Amino acid sequence: MAENEKNHIIPYRTFLYVLAGLIALTLTSVTLTQISLGTLTVVIALIIAAIKSSFVLRIFMHLKFENKMFSRAVIGVIALLCAVITITLLDYLNR
Amino acid sequence: MITQNSNEEPSYLDYKGKYKGIFGWILSTDHKRIGLLYLFSIMSFFVIGATIGLLMKFELIAPGKTIITAQTYNAFFTLHGIIMIFAVVIPGLPAVFGNFLLPIMIGAKDVAFPRLNLLSWYFYVTGVTLVLISQFTGQGPPDTGWTFYAPYSFRTTGNMLPAVFGAFVLGFSSILTGLNFLVTIHRLRAPGMTWLKMPLFPWTLYATGWVQLLATPIIGITLLMIAAERVLHIGFFDPTLGGDPLLYQHLFWTYSHPAVYIMILPAMGAISEIIPTFCHKTIFGYNFIVASSIAIAFVGYFIWGHHMFTSGMSGTALYTFSLLTFIVAIPSAIKVFNWISTMHKASIDLQTPFYWAVGFLFVFMIGGFSGLVLGSLATDIHLHNTHFVVAHFHFIVFGGTGYAFFGAMHYWYPKITGKMYDSRWANIGLIIFFTGFITLYGAMFFLGMKGMPRRYYDYDEIFHTGNIISSLGAMVMYFGLAVIIINLVASLKNGRKAPSDPWGGKTLEWTIPSPPPVENFNEIPVITKGPYNYK
Repeated sequence: MAENEKNHIIPYRTFLYVLAGLIALTLTSVTLTQISLGTLTVVIALIIAAIKSSFVLRIFMHLKFENKMFSRAVIGVIALLCAVITITLLDYLNR
Repeated sequence: MITQNSNEEPSYLDYKGKYKGIFGWILSTDHKRIGLLYLFSIMSFFVIGATIGLLMKFELIAPGKTIITAQTYNAFFTLHGIIMIFAVVIPGLPAVFGNFLLPIMIGAKDVAFPRLNLLSWYFYVTGVTLVLISQFTGQGPPDTGWTFYAPYSFRTTGNMLPAVFGAFVLGFSSILTGLNFLVTIHRLRAPGMTWLKMPLFPWTLYATGWVQLLATPIIGITLLMIAAERVLHIGFFDPTLGGDPLLYQHLFWTYSHPAVYIMILPAMGAISEIIPTFCHKTIFGYNFIVASSIAIAFVGYFIWGHHMFTSGMSGTALYTFSLLTFIVAIPSAIKVFNWISTMHKASIDLQTPFYWAVGFLFVFMIGGFSGLVLGSLATDIHLHNTHFVVAHFHFIVFGGTGYAFFGAMHYWYPKITGKMYDSRWANIGLIIFFTGFITLYGAMFFLGMKGMPRRYYDYDEIFHTGNIISSLGAMVMYFGLAVIIINLVASLKNGRKAPSDPWGGKTLEWTIPSPPPVENFNEIPVITKGPYNYK
């Protein structure tokens, strides 16, 4: 069996910690919408969403245990998404 | 490079599998049969789209109402756009020639996920069916144009939701095809076929696969947002609900501009195969052509805003998008220089596919240069939303992808069908088609410069002469198209048997019989040299 096809058993405890972390970050995200931070509101919301996504990708989707090539591909895609959002913001922040 | 295959297996056309008749096709997971399913579907929709286009040109032959009402004209340009973009040019080369040839050109027996490949075709047919249903149900056909611009797209009484959902389903077909090709290229290349020994058509399919995989979900989500706004009144794009109409344009073009590269990159790949074969010469600057394919796919993500120069974006965004637009012209130009350099001092075999390739270069250059006129901020103000844009777009998309599609069709026809076509009629058809093409769209450049807006069914008398020329060109082009298609269909019956390598090509597809056997290769070939080894 190829290295990237090995089974990895993650303890339920880890899943529960991650779930708790995701809920906490969601609550933080919702709470921050009540505070006026101007442009930073969107930036902080995106950072929190990115942290949450990385938990899901690494733990729930087993990216942590996969071949490095997949991690690099995901990082590349996220970088592309960041670039697209940054360019879009060039419009919104300068109108 | 090549292991010759003297194959005793029946061809994929003669193979009797588990299912017979039509079911032997629509339930087949053979990449070649799926490629042909796409070919028949795409050509059928292409004829429908072209006929609608011809009817629009009949309408425009004189000012005022000629054959259809204004509302019907709006529905026609919407349907023409949706069919031609989503059902013809986006899937065109990858789905037909990519499916048929990619595994063969990289020395594989099939794509990585054959069942997923068939599912992609079903998504494709379902998506187009939904779009067609939208024309005949509800409160009239959609009239927004193929771009579904908000806020009109959720205020019109036209039957938007099936059309939008159809485009959404078509997106899935595209994503799955892209994913399949990426995995196939990564995992199923023949032994010895390193990345830089891979032919250029698979290389462009690889670059296209990434665009399909990463850009298409954006349009899917955007179309769902339109549905949510229309049905649930959630304010994404409607200012009265707190939304932003420009956000729609950003999201739409974030996909739809890279989609232009889904259309054009495989077209460039096909041209990169045709030119060295008929020049009997190694392609000039292989590495640079590969790099420029990747560069086009990459930079293509960041230039969507040039569709929005007059929409009210910030100045900073305008300058940025204009600059990036000029940058993407560089890798495109590299390819053109390399193709022409390949022809330099070559012993050229003047056959129909080569004529298509040269035609491609000519019209693609005009389309490309007119694109720079539109990518420049000042000139775009004058030309935006005029017939100039329509002419530019058709020179690039129909002139680029369309010419490459027909070039590829004539190049790989002997391999796909096992028959040779009548070259004389093929060349006559091409000349008629080319004459009509230049007359039809060339006139539209001048109409646009004079200020004739696009998507208007009526116009001022000063545009009359240009429209007569353009409409006559449409008729000539349509006639040329008929000659080309009839010749290809008639040659299926009357054409002489094709040898395995009628043009003297060097890539792997020319080492196996025409038409190919079911599993392509008796033995997977071992690659030791580059793909265009003419020495």
